[in-house]
Amino acid sequence: MGALANQLPIGLSIAAVLLLIALGLTFTFGQMGVINMAHGEFIMAGAYTAYLLQSSSFLDDAGQSFLVALPVAFVVAGLMGLLLEWSLIRRFYGRPLDTLLLTWGVSLVLQQLARDVFGAPNVQVTAPSWLVGGVDVLGVRLPHNRVFIIVLAVLCVVGVWFYLTRLPAGRRMRAVVQNRELAAYSGIATGRVDRFTFLLGSGLAGVAGVALTLVGPVGPSLGTFYIVDAFLVVVAGGLGQLRGAVLAAVALGFLNGYLEFWTDASLAKVLVFLAIIAFLQVRPQGMFVLKGRALV
Amino acid sequence: MTWGRISLVACVVLLAVAPFALSPFRLGLLAKYLCFAIVAVGIALAWGQGGMLTLGQGVFFGLGGYAMAMYLKLKEAGSAGLPDFMVWSGVEQLPALWKPFGNPVFALAAVVLVPGVVAFLLGLLVFRQRVRGAYFAILSQALAAAFVILLVGQQGLTGGTNGMTNFSQFFGLDLTDPNGQRAVYAIAAVVLGVTFLVAKLLVRSRFGRLLVAVRDGEDRVRFLGYDPAVVKTITFTVSAVMAGLAGALFVPVVGIISPALLGIVPSLELLVGVAVGGRFVLAGAIAGAIAVNYAKTLFSEDFAEGWLYLQGGLFVLVLVFAPKGLAGVVESARHRLPARRRPAEVTA
Repeated sequence: MGALANQLPIGLSIAAVLLLIALGLTFTFGQMGVINMAHGEFIMAGAYTAYLLQSSSFLDDAGQSFLVALPVAFVVAGLMGLLLEWSLIRRFYGRPLDTLLLTWGVSLVLQQLARDVFGAPNVQVTAPSWLVGGVDVLGVRLPHNRVFIIVLAVLCVVGVWFYLTRLPAGRRMRAVVQNRELAAYSGIATGRVDRFTFLLGSGLAGVAGVALTLVGPVGPSLGTFYIVDAFLVVVAGGLGQLRGAVLAAVALGFLNGYLEFWTDASLAKVLVFLAIIAFLQVRPQGMFVLKGRALV
Repeated sequence: MTWGRISLVACVVLLAVAPFALSPFRLGLLAKYLCFAIVAVGIALAWGQGGMLTLGQGVFFGLGGYAMAMYLKLKEAGSAGLPDFMVWSGVEQLPALWKPFGNPVFALAAVVLVPGVVAFLLGLLVFRQRVRGAYFAILSQALAAAFVILLVGQQGLTGGTNGMTNFSQFFGLDLTDPNGQRAVYAIAAVVLGVTFLVAKLLVRSRFGRLLVAVRDGEDRVRFLGYDPAVVKTITFTVSAVMAGLAGALFVPVVGIISPALLGIVPSLELLVGVAVGGRFVLAGAIAGAIAVNYAKTLFSEDFAEGWLYLQGGLFVLVLVFAPKGLAGVVESARHRLPARRRPAEVTA
């Protein structure tokens, strides 16, 4: 029982990272029909940002550089996303499958670039001293780093929720997700909204990358480990909205964590896949479906 | 004779003289490209004609390959022995899953049936629920990821990361002997030819037209009284069987089957050739697969890192400038050459 409970923060923190990654995917997918395979490389960019800030000399305290890395990684990854959208993806609207292949090509190039710049071996980011160790609550071990990741994800989700529901820019974004033409006719500059969505989603992936440096090493193929699971979150949760992504990420994080615990890691992935296929038999469009009148 | 016929005959002649003109090493490489070309035909059917972007062809390639490799391993180990990798990982008795693969008929049937059945079930479950487009692509990719993790994890059953290697015999052919290698090449070439013909017939048939109709307007086809799920499932199954056959041939041709050949990245690499050559034209897909894999060999010999840049860049360039691939470029050039009015372009 103790071991089972100790798995809880681990499952939740996997879910938290998945969620940060999936948020960007679900909005770019839901709003623009873009399947961004290069999203994983934004995670990698965020993680390497943390590494660079730490190894550069002007911030010698690990705690400081880690905190600074969070916003910097958001900006770095966000700008990369913006550049990708502006240079390539906007030519591909309406061709979702082509964007998938296109962005995969970009992701190959970015991975190789990282290998050339930072070297093929993994690098390690030192966790700040206040994130080492953990506390015991009711006999459950809560490692500080896992708790930090969970809190970080909760903050980001609250931020996204606030943006979507309370700010004019978020309202415009929801309008474009629900009906692009109508939004355009109402005077919304959909192109600008698209670019901003990309910035936001990619930025969150960068933050996820920084969070991942707490639980493992950083390497050129960091993104590829998470991108498939993040896409499954999108498929299971339904497109373009927050609720589905949160629920699906938590479900998938736990399923992964506990199945690995009960069976072995190699069977767990297959079981998760079968669970998703089974789930799609009941809800083919994911947990929540945005209501629209389009015949897809 | 049309240009198409002439180039077809030219290709057949080239493939027929290759065993006498090429060194055994180069011939082996060509045979490997032919295996990938067989997969490409299946991808062109599913993706080009049917609009199903499958990112998990490596799974079916692997199922066919492992079925064949299991038979060859058992044959090599003899009636009482165990395959070498099982001895290394401390397995003492032949697992029940392996037993029937000692029978050549069973193994050959498994090469076709296992990928076919997996694809059929997946297709049925997914397409019947109208899960399509990008969703299907993501699911097929997740399948590839799970499959590879499973193969690596079940060390004693599958050889783990190393997979299976060291095959010297293939149905009485000596794989270490140039003549044996030529025979294997010939089998690959014939299978490619048969695959191409089957695909061609399928595309030209009523079924093929229905398939294109499903791609371009699934709901309309449903309103006309057909079941798009059935059409898609059948096509997906056929493409999976082709990938399985290719995998089974890959084992004697290259001499290894391992998870590194089957995961997400290799599955996507199978698509590169099809995209470059032109997914809407079967011959274009074959030519693209052979050309891209040849380019990969050339680059990997000299500088391996450059290949990833080139492959990624190639993908981006083709999609930006020639979404229909080289076949599309050739086609529009052919329309431009004679001074007659071009027929209205059909946008995909």
